[in-house]
Amino acid sequence: MSTHTLSVLVENKPGVLTHVAGLFARRAFNISSLAVGPTEDARVSRMTIVVDGASTPIEQVQTQLEKLVRVLKVVQLSEQSAVQRELALIKVRAEPARRGQLLEVAAVFRANVVDMGPQTLVLESVSSPAKLDALLAMLADFGTCELVRTGRIALARGSASITDGPLGAVSDAGEPDRPATEASTEASTEASTDAAEPAA
Amino acid sequence: MQLTGAQALVRSLERQGVDVVFGLPGGAILPAYDPLRSSSLRHVLVRHEQGAGHAAEGYAWATGRVGVCLVTSGPGATNLVTALADAYMDSVPIVAITGQVPSAMIGSDAFQEADITGITLPVTKHNELVTDIERIPAAIAEAFHIAGSGRPGPVLVDLPKDLLQAQAPWSWPPVMNLPGYRVPGPPDPAAIRAAAGLLRRARRPVLYVGGGVIKADAHAELRRLAELAQAPVTTTLMARGAFPDSHPLALGMPGMHGCYTAVAALQEADLLVALGARFDDRVTGRLADFAPKAKVVHADIDPAEIGKNRIPDVAILGDMKAVLAGLADATAAIAGSEGAADTGDWIAALGRWKRQFPLRYAQEPDGPLKPQYVTERLSALTGGNAVVVAGVGQHQMHAAQHFTFTRPRSWINSGGLGTMGFAVPAAMGAQVGRPGETVVAIDGDGCFQMTAQELATCAIERLPIKVMIFNNGFLGMVRQWQELFYDERYSEVELGTAIPDYVKLAEAYGCVGLRCERPDDVDATLDKALAVPDTPVVVDFRVHDREGVFPMVPAGRPNDEIVLGPEFSAQEQRAATLREVTAR
Repeated sequence: MSTHTLSVLVENKPGVLTHVAGLFARRAFNISSLAVGPTEDARVSRMTIVVDGASTPIEQVQTQLEKLVRVLKVVQLSEQSAVQRELALIKVRAEPARRGQLLEVAAVFRANVVDMGPQTLVLESVSSPAKLDALLAMLADFGTCELVRTGRIALARGSASITDGPLGAVSDAGEPDRPATEASTEASTEASTDAAEPAA
Repeated sequence: MQLTGAQALVRSLERQGVDVVFGLPGGAILPAYDPLRSSSLRHVLVRHEQGAGHAAEGYAWATGRVGVCLVTSGPGATNLVTALADAYMDSVPIVAITGQVPSAMIGSDAFQEADITGITLPVTKHNELVTDIERIPAAIAEAFHIAGSGRPGPVLVDLPKDLLQAQAPWSWPPVMNLPGYRVPGPPDPAAIRAAAGLLRRARRPVLYVGGGVIKADAHAELRRLAELAQAPVTTTLMARGAFPDSHPLALGMPGMHGCYTAVAALQEADLLVALGARFDDRVTGRLADFAPKAKVVHADIDPAEIGKNRIPDVAILGDMKAVLAGLADATAAIAGSEGAADTGDWIAALGRWKRQFPLRYAQEPDGPLKPQYVTERLSALTGGNAVVVAGVGQHQMHAAQHFTFTRPRSWINSGGLGTMGFAVPAAMGAQVGRPGETVVAIDGDGCFQMTAQELATCAIERLPIKVMIFNNGFLGMVRQWQELFYDERYSEVELGTAIPDYVKLAEAYGCVGLRCERPDDVDATLDKALAVPDTPVVVDFRVHDREGVFPMVPAGRPNDEIVLGPEFSAQEQRAATLREVTAR
């Protein structure tokens, strides 16, 4: 499934999440995941929204989001130009006979064991969406009892920051071919290798 | 200086330049009604909160200023929802102020509690539950700024009762803090030049004019551009009056019930210049088949509209007044160097279509009364100098088609949401905003009964609106669809003409009630109604119940499948379908 990742800076005020979620509902856009948290500036929260690319016109999502009064800035992040991570906690069946094999899989994916019981263990994985999907596919064979994922967070590679320039600047949307997002123009200036990526 | 939240609210409205508020008090908003007594604000006490919302809309449509309504929490606020949704769809600037239960009780299912910011989220440009008494002036100032700037729309401010009662320091003007709110700046000169270049080279251009031109008060600039470029103009349902119907370049209204020439012109055009219009499904018909030969210039103040339904070749972001002034200047400059555009053949072809396929209906002298005839007589007897307000349905389309609009802000209706019951309260608001003028609500009998209670408000406030009920005893537009698309199986559309007795109803509300059943009596009845100075008038026009609205493009069908209607022969229909653009 092709997805788009949007970084959205919003005012840290009551009701903002409702405004954003309400927009998605009203415009029939599909959210794959949504992660929200504070930023380095206490007045600003950051949302990372992943939308399904096939069913959702990304330009519409961006321009509609930019119209929300409490939304400060919207940036599209491409797969290549951004570091993308997701935290998952996975409770897996771990019978003594297969436990060693399971720990091997966890080690290859750099997933940590954070709880262990006689029949199950809990793995913690921080990885890119693709790697997490691969890990989950491997674990399915052992028997996944329970799974919780935070939703994706993402940050553009390189030195430029989403907060560069004035927040809420006048939108530069005068042309039908909208300017490339900041993140994707930066991508070419930096190597896109990812030192933290596991080898699996 | 210390003020209560209620005093701060009223003073903020005064400082904002508000002259009238449409409202109805109740428990949670009670504190605000106390300082209102001694303020400079005129308060119009409506009979139902929906009426307050539509009246604020009518006021905004008629004046270009932000309309204001004031209601209590819970049901008072939920009764506003339809009006807010209507204002949102039609980009009407209104500010709704709602009382809320005291802060400490929010979330407890308190008496008359409703999560009105949650409820109205999808139908407002912005809304806010104010949680800090010191923010009241800023919240009001921000609400007016957001409602009236950029693409206008409704803003709701929800005020808990304890905030209205508490005291806080007062200062004005407040500091607005809207870092994420963007209003487009001046249009891009390169885009303007590109558009003017396309317009110069086009052989079959059409200016597709939407409500944005009226909202920007850009009718003079539009006329200048149209005449310089010799480009014909079609005005959508939202833009009737933006360009005079009497002008040789006027094509009338496009869309599902548009004039044949306007619909066909869009289909044959080689260039559409969309100005403050949004490619609505009622205009485009089946989108894939809309204007198939045309390049598109799309100018709008809302970046999200550009490319939403049709990808333009040139996009211009900006206010229509600046866009049209820029386009006219650029067109004049190009004409100076390259000569003017040659659209003569195109205008001649459109002229032939106008003569061949006009709006046509048959009013027989002794036959049943036709709503089109009443509309045309109203247009003639007022000389077009009336503010016409309509509800939704057949009467709305007949009014939009057959009244000759020559001025902006002379046509008010519910376009996007299609709100039955809009006309009477919106006419009330328009009359408050334009006190010396003739305000006529053209309404259907179905629509009228949804909000007729505001006649009491009009009578008491001495607002002399003229309500023309086109009484056919049916939910007429629904009946028409059942006739055409459900093999005349009429299901739950007959209202009957006799109940209520509209003349008696009008009199019961303190209005003048008249009835007209024969074509011969139309002029005398209209003269009588128009002459009543300071009392509302209701006229029960008993119109033909089988009359349909034509032309018609069936919903979801291509515009090329336009049906001229029963007044045209099969041969004429064939000629219209296989229209010829070149001169014979």
